[in-house]
Amino acid sequence: MEIVMSILAGTLFAAGVYLLLQKQLIKIVLGTVLLSHGAHLFILTMGKLNRGAPPILEKGITEYTDPLPQALILTSIVISFGITSFLLVLAYRTYQSNKTDMMDQLRGTDDE
Amino acid sequence: MMSNLVFLPIFIPLFVGALLVFLKNRHQLTIKISYLTVLLNLGLSIFLSYFVFTHHPLVLETGGWKAPFGIILVADKLSVIMTLSVNVIALASVIFASSSVTSKMTKHYFYPLFFILIAGVSGAFLTGDLFNLFVFFEVLLMASYGLIIIGGSKQQFRESVKYILLNLFSSILFVTTVAFLYSVTGTVNMAQLGERVAEVEQQGILTGIAILLFVVFATKGALFPLYFWLPKSYIVPSPVVSALFGALLTKVGVYSMLRVYTLIFSHKLELTHTFFIWVAAITMLIGVIGALSTSNVKLIIAYNIMPAIGFMLLGIGTFSAESLAGTIYYLIHDMAIKAALFFLAGLLVWHAGTSNLNKMGGYIKTSPLLGWMFFIAALILAGIPPFSGFIGKYLLLRGAFDEEHYFVAGIGLLSSLLILFSVIRIFIGAFWGELKEPKEKVRRSGLVASGLLIAISILLGVGAEWFYPYIQSAADNLIDPQIYIDFVLKE
Repeated sequence: MEIVMSILAGTLFAAGVYLLLQKQLIKIVLGTVLLSHGAHLFILTMGKLNRGAPPILEKGITEYTDPLPQALILTSIVISFGITSFLLVLAYRTYQSNKTDMMDQLRGTDDE
Repeated sequence: MMSNLVFLPIFIPLFVGALLVFLKNRHQLTIKISYLTVLLNLGLSIFLSYFVFTHHPLVLETGGWKAPFGIILVADKLSVIMTLSVNVIALASVIFASSSVTSKMTKHYFYPLFFILIAGVSGAFLTGDLFNLFVFFEVLLMASYGLIIIGGSKQQFRESVKYILLNLFSSILFVTTVAFLYSVTGTVNMAQLGERVAEVEQQGILTGIAILLFVVFATKGALFPLYFWLPKSYIVPSPVVSALFGALLTKVGVYSMLRVYTLIFSHKLELTHTFFIWVAAITMLIGVIGALSTSNVKLIIAYNIMPAIGFMLLGIGTFSAESLAGTIYYLIHDMAIKAALFFLAGLLVWHAGTSNLNKMGGYIKTSPLLGWMFFIAALILAGIPPFSGFIGKYLLLRGAFDEEHYFVAGIGLLSSLLILFSVIRIFIGAFWGELKEPKEKVRRSGLVASGLLIAISILLGVGAEWFYPYIQSAADNLIDPQIYIDFVLKE
């Protein structure tokens, strides 16, 4: 199961990077969304995928689930949710004030 | 009981930041509260430094969870030095902001974002946990995303998109790297990481993770070849924001490297640290070439961030007690002088009404104080004795010569000369020659803020005898990670 999840995370990363390299701003924002999904799945996978066991370590219990990756993912999801919504607004405002959403026209010159 | 104090340099600015959101229409009141807060915070961090240097480091185990299981905050010598420097910069920024930040900027939450930025930076310096380092990075980056677009001009939107995307990408890479490290070692606590990586003598996969983590910090700290987002995005916001970014943000990247590559990944020096030295050399060269290539005053100062980062990385790469002390010295010096130079460049641009050096001239007649302050700041930046830049560079270069990195040390010397040339060019172009009509008078509080920072830099240089033992003892604690590990894990 870990193998499948790793491949899935890798695919998400590849797709995310591909979208980041596009010129249109909205595609780039979607790329960051995919990248963060990939990262979150990856953290989950790195903590070993166990089913049906409690997240508690006590004496005598040998079968348990690691709770730490889930705490990490939760933090990371909240952060990427906030940044994505901010980025969407920013992309819209950039489009409004610069009249374009193509990255190759958003270069600017030295003397402004 | 004492250890609870470690929490306050993060909590006070965070709390005040949240409070000031509700006072966005009360411009004068906001300024008063900001002054009180930064002074309180500065006093607190002075006390914290005093305590840590005279007694022992402090570890706060939040919620009573013992390290390495709970979240911990660690105030060791390096952390308190850095926290103290941040609060000095914060004080100078508030003085500068009191006249330059308009009530419209206050309405757009300048002060709340400013305090959250300070909380994030202090948190990054005080955390003892790699994942929380990521969280505090996000806190300070979120605040910086808000600060960089206050004003909402066309250029600001254009450049901040790039700034945010690059930083977002490196943050995602950071989380992924933490996940890698967790799966290999089973911990995110820095002390325990140091212990476990030492146990397995930093096998191949761990060195791979070390390099991946270096890419993350190199993006935050603007090292070659990941620097291209920095210069243009740092010049678009208001000068006080540029100063904060230039003084604090890249330095958090350097601090993280200083911590991670001395405490955790310090067992394959010939591979990782040799790599750092070469990256440092190229960064210095690219930085000064950038600074020489433009006649935009703010851009020259922004490009000068990079050679400084290169110098600090050279110290980390050389990895001796002396060169690490040099890195810490240079880090503090650079925080103060970069903030001062961004302030002065901002004042100059306002005074001249343009940022193009070719359209300036003769301002020594209209504002001699600004001119001479700029001149002294330029000398400090380039590392002319007896100022603080000299002490830092001397330690770094002596460390490099001792370890026989002659070529890189030569590049360092050459880049220092070119740094001096690039900033003196501003002085000659803007203050000598025929007087061009100035646009507005120089704001006095701006001069006070820069004067404060320049005075601190001079003190750091002239009084090196007093400060050096403290910095050397912080560096000695870095070179022997066992001190940190034993103290945090208390075995």
